[in-house]
Amino acid sequence: MLIETARLRKEYGELVAVQDLDLSVTEGEVFGFLGPNGAGKTTTVKMLLGLVKPSGGLASVLGRPPGTPEAMRRIGFLPEHFRFPPWLTARDFLDMHARLYGMTAEARRERIPALLDRVGLGGRGRSKLGEYSKGMQQRVGLAQALLNRPALVFLDEPTSGLDPVGRYEVREIIRELRGEGVTVFLNSHYLSEVEVTCDRVAIVKGGRLMRVGTLAELTQGANEVEIEARGLDGETLAGLARWGEVTADAETPVGTRKVTLQMTGDDALPQIAAYVVGRGAQLYALTPQRPSLEELFMRVMAEERA
Amino acid sequence: MNVLQIARITFLEARWRKILWAVILLGLAFLLVFSTGFYFMWRDVTRSGLASAVSVLEPVNFFLLAGMYGIAFLGVALALLISVDTLAGEITSGTIQTLVTKPLRRWEVVAGKWLGLAVMLTAFIVLMCAALMGIIWIIGDYVPRNPVPAVLLIVLEGLIVLTLSILGGTRLGSLANGVVVFMLYGLAFIAGWIEQIGALLRNEAAINIGIVVSLLMPSEAMWRRAAYLLQPPAMSAFGMEATPFGASSAPSPLMVAYAAGYVAVMLLLAIRLFTTRDL
Repeated sequence: MLIETARLRKEYGELVAVQDLDLSVTEGEVFGFLGPNGAGKTTTVKMLLGLVKPSGGLASVLGRPPGTPEAMRRIGFLPEHFRFPPWLTARDFLDMHARLYGMTAEARRERIPALLDRVGLGGRGRSKLGEYSKGMQQRVGLAQALLNRPALVFLDEPTSGLDPVGRYEVREIIRELRGEGVTVFLNSHYLSEVEVTCDRVAIVKGGRLMRVGTLAELTQGANEVEIEARGLDGETLAGLARWGEVTADAETPVGTRKVTLQMTGDDALPQIAAYVVGRGAQLYALTPQRPSLEELFMRVMAEERA
Repeated sequence: MNVLQIARITFLEARWRKILWAVILLGLAFLLVFSTGFYFMWRDVTRSGLASAVSVLEPVNFFLLAGMYGIAFLGVALALLISVDTLAGEITSGTIQTLVTKPLRRWEVVAGKWLGLAVMLTAFIVLMCAALMGIIWIIGDYVPRNPVPAVLLIVLEGLIVLTLSILGGTRLGSLANGVVVFMLYGLAFIAGWIEQIGALLRNEAAINIGIVVSLLMPSEAMWRRAAYLLQPPAMSAFGMEATPFGASSAPSPLMVAYAAGYVAVMLLLAIRLFTTRDL
């Protein structure tokens, strides 16, 4: 495990920001950490980086306590609210941070231009950061997080302030990192971004871990299937109840009927198809519909605390 | 190694922010004004060629102490201005997060920043004092006694303010930190005057007030010892040491040792507070 926490907890007076968090992140995965504002996401990241001291519990990052120089040597970090010294050029800024990693002059000369190219700032390295747009600053921050060829990267809202092209490019970089075997811990408000980039996702709410797993695991057990057919009579519809609850039923403009069936698992799909056809209806479509991450997220947010 | 790297970055940051240039140019302006004023004063005092040694020494000593006091005050102001935002501002803005998540220890960040600023401050004070004494030597052919210990005491005065400001920056915002440190300096300044007047009037209570405040904030005591060391013995012999910039009562060497220890303890406390706080 690259990251492991056990009953990790952070309290600010009476406020519990993170509540007994048990988390494991394995090597090479892109791990999405989701939650509304104030859910404890940034506090968790800060505890994993040694910026914030936990009130209780244990955490280990790269097999070491959070924040130790030995661990930080292999970690990259892009903070959520990344502020830049506006008087520095991107090159000077990256050079300054590269020195803190102990990189040699030769390594810096090779690495910095390559990284600027990678984040799409190849021609702007000598411009002052104060002249950069928010999106360009975010890219420099990302380059800074990758200076040391990290084994583990924490990205806190990496696409915040980026236009659609910039967001796409950051997603591509995350994919490339995964291809290189780098583990990515991604905090993001953009659910679609998490959906397309992350191998596993954790959803937190009010400092508590609500769900964790792959997208398939998280959406399992909440499947819907949409049946479109001509000639579905009331008796046939009633017969569908053996597989689940009919939650929607409507005529379409082309004279077919669309029925939504809430069910558990996909196993019964062939039987449903055989049943509908066997009842003499003309089956046009039988479409399993998994809830999107956004739907799942909203569902979790709506859940009352246990 | 990391401490030196942070010190280097701190020094470079001052250059990038054009602080170094501002200090150099305004320091030169200070020396220009001082040398012009001193030249005309010297010309008037020595015009007749009949002036006594004491009547020449008095204005020269006054000018020397006024100039050195000006540098000491600029040193204190510089110490405060360059350090007040260095930790406090970076903590508020979040830039400190990218720094302390590099493979270094938090104490190295504090020590490195302190070292970078201390080198800058020391260079400013030493160069300014050397230039000022050089001007007096060239124009008036006068070299004060104990120049090196006096300059080191002025440096120590600046380091006290610098260290307190870094200590405050670990817990206070920039503005609050600046106000607290400057007010402490003001407290020490007025207590120093109370002690001096108490010494002239032989008033024990006034002297004790000065000593107690000096223990809390020993900056002004360093200036008074520096002024005492710079003054020629002839001035004391003629009872002329109590100029607005001079010292009629000099803090003891023990107070200098205390001030050096004070800087060390405040720096360790700053490291402790920064290391244990959430960022």
